[in-house]
Amino acid sequence: MTNSLSIRLKPYLYVLPLVALLAFVFGYPLLRIFEFSFKLVRGVDGPWIGLRNYELILSQSLFWESVLHNIQLLLAIPAMVVISLLISILLFERIAGWRLYRVIVFVPFVLAIPIIAVVMKRMFQFSGPVNEVLRWASLDFLALDWIGSSDVALWTVMILIVWRESALGIILFLARLLSLDEAVLEAGRLDGANWWQRVWHIILPQMRGVIEFYVVVSVITMLASVFAYVYVMGGGRGGPGTATMVVEFYIFNALIRTSLPGIASAASVLLFLVSVLLIFPMFRARRRAREEEA
Amino acid sequence: MVPAAHSTHRRRFAFTAGDAVKQGVLIVASFIALVPTLYMIATALKSDAEYAVDKLGLPDAPVLENFRAVLIDSPFALWMLNSFILVAGSVLVSIVVSCLAAYAIARMEFRGRDTLLALSTSLMAVPPIVMIVPLFVLYTQLDLISTYQGAIIIYAGLITPFSVYLLTTFFRTVPNELFEAARIDGAGDFLILWQIVLPLSLPALLTLVVVNSLYVWNDLLIAIIFLQEDAKRTLMAGISVFQGRYNNQVPLTMAGMVIASAPMFILYIAFQKHFIRGLMAGAIK
Repeated sequence: MTNSLSIRLKPYLYVLPLVALLAFVFGYPLLRIFEFSFKLVRGVDGPWIGLRNYELILSQSLFWESVLHNIQLLLAIPAMVVISLLISILLFERIAGWRLYRVIVFVPFVLAIPIIAVVMKRMFQFSGPVNEVLRWASLDFLALDWIGSSDVALWTVMILIVWRESALGIILFLARLLSLDEAVLEAGRLDGANWWQRVWHIILPQMRGVIEFYVVVSVITMLASVFAYVYVMGGGRGGPGTATMVVEFYIFNALIRTSLPGIASAASVLLFLVSVLLIFPMFRARRRAREEEA
Repeated sequence: MVPAAHSTHRRRFAFTAGDAVKQGVLIVASFIALVPTLYMIATALKSDAEYAVDKLGLPDAPVLENFRAVLIDSPFALWMLNSFILVAGSVLVSIVVSCLAAYAIARMEFRGRDTLLALSTSLMAVPPIVMIVPLFVLYTQLDLISTYQGAIIIYAGLITPFSVYLLTTFFRTVPNELFEAARIDGAGDFLILWQIVLPLSLPALLTLVVVNSLYVWNDLLIAIIFLQEDAKRTLMAGISVFQGRYNNQVPLTMAGMVIASAPMFILYIAFQKHFIRGLMAGAIK
């Protein structure tokens, strides 16, 4: 009797640390942001104030500007997909030297975002090396104030994001390509299909799942995981002015700079709801990607 | 015989145009991928005076002064130590927790098993910023801001869903006969996990260590919010502050960046195979 009870309890003992850890790091905060978002929190708690936090956020132009910036970052995704596809397919064809190329094109993903942001910021300074090259090439009209102009700053952040996140795409796509059925590709080759035809009719259809997955993951990144890029490029203020302000930074400011956890929580709730909406397509895409591979 | 002839024929035929273009594309891509690193290293070796007149070329007379200044005059070594402590602590906690859980999920029958795995896996898509506010308020209350243990728990939590997912998948591939044999020999579950499953899972564990260390080492968000005291700054939080302070001394800043990126770079070159496998596994998450 005691023996069978201990056998039945044993699995729970094994998963207990996991449940405790996830409950603390995910469960507790996810419940509390909802509670806090309806309260005027000063310090650790405060009175209920209904929807006032939400009303305040939604009526603030800075919040909407941040949302718009996150949405603008989505424009980077098509470029990332095209670049990643091109490079990963070329690597997959085992062009002479592909092992070395592979080591090199993964480098952006090994470098930490703050480090690369610091370096890029110096490269794109108005009197920095990028503009020097552009002027040397008589492309003066392109020698913009990449960091200091509020019209351009967010685009510069996007260049950095494309540069780094494309490496993730290459990694992901190459993993998928390496599991493709070589016989089908060889058959296409024997049928006399040229490179474009092989890519378009044979390779791409088999990569739909993984491309979809990469797109969804990138959408989550652009909307909710660009803090490190923006923190350094925007000089810790989302600057110049509010040109690189994003929702994450809005939450950060409300929490740390103005000490308004209620406001920060309401914005967190909105961001959480958006990410929940994206979790389902992500799972679907991942399932499809895995089915393709099987 | 026929396919071989065909393929050599194809290669010789195609090299003139197609392969040259492909090589060209990859060379350009490699150059773009490497340019920031090359710029960083070249600039770190220049003096301020040389950088003022030459921003692009190789250093004429390489100086090491910038590296000395960074290592001696700034708390770089301390920041690195802090980062290292956090990586070691959180990766260890996460591995222990996920090994136990993944073993139960992969090998035992219990109620709620599939729900637990689905829930844990779906947490991978929740952006960390969403959890920050209540944890910050709680940590302020408990005096856990700027403590290693506080940050380690958060990092461990953030990297664990992926670890559980990967290990569960891996443990399920261990052949059943091994378990049966061990059980007949009288081994308990813990012994089986420790002596049979873990040694077999070394590649998966190494992959996890790589992916998770990279995540914790490179993180800025948690570090900047939960480790605010100067003595507890991580490398990433430190350089984000450091770069603003020396805004005009670009070579000095770049020397700092070279030192900051060196550990992961050296690991990457030394353990290419594991890194690439780890990155590929991590990407699918």
